[in-house]
Amino acid sequence: MTNLIKRKKAERRFHLYGIFAVSLSLLFVLTLIINIFSSGVGGFYKTSFLMKVHFDQKLLKLEDNPSIEQIEDASFRKLISYNFKENFSQYSKDELKKIKKLFYRKIDKEAQGYLLQNPEYLNQKVELLFTASTDIDQIHKGNFNRNIPENQRAINDFQLGIYDQFVETGKVKSVFNKKYFSSGDSRDPESAGVASSVMGSVFTILICFLLSFPIAIFASIYLEEFSKPGKLTDLIEININNLAAVPSIIFGLLGLGILLNFFGLPRSTSLVGGMVLSFMTLPTIIVACRSSLRAVPPSIREGALALGATKNQVVFHHVLPLAMPGTLTGTIIGLARAVGETAPLLMIGMVAFIMNVPSTPLKPAVGMPAQIYLWSESAERGFIEKTSSAIILLLIFLIVVNFVSVYFRKKYEKKW
Amino acid sequence: MFYPVLFLLLLSIIGFYLNKNRSVHLSKNQKLASLPAYYGYLAFLYIFIPAIILWLGLLIGKSIILQKYLILILDDSLSVMNSDEINLFLSKVKNLSAGISFGNESDLEKFAAEKIKSFDKIFSLLTYLVLTLSSIFAFLIARRKVIPNFKSQRIVEKIINRFIQICSFIAILITLGIFLSLVFETLNFFSYVNPLHFLFGLNWSPNKAFVIDSAETIDKDVLRDAFGIIPLLGGTLLIAFLAMIVAIPLGLMSAIYLAEYAPKKIRDFSKPVIEILAGIPTVVYGFFAALVVAPKIVILGKSIGFEISSESALAAGLVMGVMIIPFVSSLSDDVINAVPQSLRDGSYALGATKSETIIKVILPSALPGIIGSFLLAISRAIGETMIVVMAASLQANLTINPLEPATTITTQIVTALTGDTEFDNPKTLVAFALGLTLFFITLFLNYFALKIVKKYREIYD
Repeated sequence: MTNLIKRKKAERRFHLYGIFAVSLSLLFVLTLIINIFSSGVGGFYKTSFLMKVHFDQKLLKLEDNPSIEQIEDASFRKLISYNFKENFSQYSKDELKKIKKLFYRKIDKEAQGYLLQNPEYLNQKVELLFTASTDIDQIHKGNFNRNIPENQRAINDFQLGIYDQFVETGKVKSVFNKKYFSSGDSRDPESAGVASSVMGSVFTILICFLLSFPIAIFASIYLEEFSKPGKLTDLIEININNLAAVPSIIFGLLGLGILLNFFGLPRSTSLVGGMVLSFMTLPTIIVACRSSLRAVPPSIREGALALGATKNQVVFHHVLPLAMPGTLTGTIIGLARAVGETAPLLMIGMVAFIMNVPSTPLKPAVGMPAQIYLWSESAERGFIEKTSSAIILLLIFLIVVNFVSVYFRKKYEKKW
Repeated sequence: MFYPVLFLLLLSIIGFYLNKNRSVHLSKNQKLASLPAYYGYLAFLYIFIPAIILWLGLLIGKSIILQKYLILILDDSLSVMNSDEINLFLSKVKNLSAGISFGNESDLEKFAAEKIKSFDKIFSLLTYLVLTLSSIFAFLIARRKVIPNFKSQRIVEKIINRFIQICSFIAILITLGIFLSLVFETLNFFSYVNPLHFLFGLNWSPNKAFVIDSAETIDKDVLRDAFGIIPLLGGTLLIAFLAMIVAIPLGLMSAIYLAEYAPKKIRDFSKPVIEILAGIPTVVYGFFAALVVAPKIVILGKSIGFEISSESALAAGLVMGVMIIPFVSSLSDDVINAVPQSLRDGSYALGATKSETIIKVILPSALPGIIGSFLLAISRAIGETMIVVMAASLQANLTINPLEPATTITTQIVTALTGDTEFDNPKTLVAFALGLTLFFITLFLNYFALKIVKKYREIYD
């Protein structure tokens, strides 16, 4: 009897282990996602200060009704320091310098931008929003503990006092960070954005798709429909299976050794990145395409053959279209994996500091994951937030893509 | 660069329609051997294939011709330079012609850049001319094939079949490319370092290779104990082991629970959610390991009196383990589901509880598959790059203590090849030797996994 109780207890224990394992795995997913989202959502917003600015014509050395080029050429430094003196007239020169540090370094460029958009501001006094410096931005968002000793933080007590004053008078605003989506990388977290890396990823994936998709389909058709069993076919099969298991960094070495060093293709470009990723994606698409070709029932082939179609016509007119939904699902999954791939891109130099949005696949570029890597290596707190935000964008993209592929499969897949 | 291809496609499509129309016209009076469209396809292929090969040839030949041309026109000024200076000059001039200027170019360089620009113009014009001529020639040939008893369909299908056959060889070419590029550079590396010292050396300090830059003759003794792979291998295995400690129990137990115990609702929900872990890019895990897990581990260690490095193997290993959970669980799940129901029923009929059935019947019969999945997971962990690049240390350290920093093969490949890369220094070349080692390790593990599955798999019913 005691034996049975023991066995039942063991049974319950085993069951609990299972529940424990599953819930722990689910917990990991949850922690990862919550952690990234909670630390990254802030990156889409930036802290800004309201400040009155007098766009004095004389200080800008502009004529009446200046043209856009003249405004672009004007220096706004003097105007800014003059306005700081006006707004904070009760403070000494040293203190003014410290107050200025609360703002983004390139505040003059921001003022210039406002005047370019609204030329009627000239000679007027307007209250405008200016980006706060990254240190104060992090304090405002609560990412940085302001109660640690003064000598351990970038913002001293005097500056914090001014900031508190701003908060009390309602001059601190949290606004949507448009710049994050429109600009490239930057040395300053205040103006760094994902546009260049998103474009780099788009080019890379496009090249990867254009290369791997047709080749994979043709290769699968050959292997499934035309090849005769033999040593050569076996060799191809072994190679495809093997490629699927090769670590991604090895493909990067292949790109470096063959594409860059041997063929002399341009380094750091999306063209080479796309080629390397297509080597990796190829086996995934081939496996998906072959299994959907195999799933097409022989009756379709026999029917077409009976009507007098040649073997090629059977395959290209009947079998391939029916195998397309499954192939596309596999392709989407393979490409989604390629989007997140970083290691091979490190090998071919797609980890550069890219400020400009690349215009063609032949321009140096970074991909989203490489940008994430670059930012995460940076010491500044502001960049860590940017990293999490970029990760959020990447994850949202991947989730959407996966849903699309599931939808695709559900909608178009036929069961024979 | 790609406009010639578009141009060529346009020409081929025009050829397709011209030929097709002609054959349609012809088929009104007499019966053709093939459908009219096939005469069109014939023209398309005849125009496109030779021309694209020509284009590739021109593309590859261009840089060589340009070099010759520059040396020809700048003969006097280049004759005073040595070969290194000429190479530097040429690359600078090429950059200048592409619009990358540093503002310190001499008049000669500006002159050469102008020459390159005009050369580019002439060359691209020439390319279009050659492509057009070859297309017209090819079209004329295809045009003459539009006769009633010419079986164009057969020719077109033959060409297409040959083409798709070539496509399927690309998998072999890629493997060959991997192998050759790795082996070639590795042999290069072995001309500096003795392979035995590489494979069995206990010290890893590639910075010693800096002496090569200054020394006239290479003293191989200096490099003797600079490139020992053993500490890297140790670190790699340590981190992979830690990852397996997390992934195997959690992955296997999840698979068992989801396959045998879980109600359908929980299964349908949990499986895809756990698979999310497999879809997350590894750079995200790396970020998580380096900036969230590692600091937490350091704080935890401090509170219980352990000195833990912020680049400990533990952080990287744990996070990598989480990444591999879905890998183990989905593979094991497939294997467990493949065990036939009759085995379970038989076991229940003998009075065994569910857990006893699982442990004593299902797992043993699924064992080859499960071991195979473990091996695949290990090979995955060994080849994983981003997590260790971001969270593990760069300093080689032969240790089995997970609280100490450790480095891995993949980390060192990345450090060797990012930043300045000169291919005449063992410090850079070692990356290929490490890559080759990694390639063989993963190849061996995968081969072994497949072998086990094939050899010991029980085939029921």
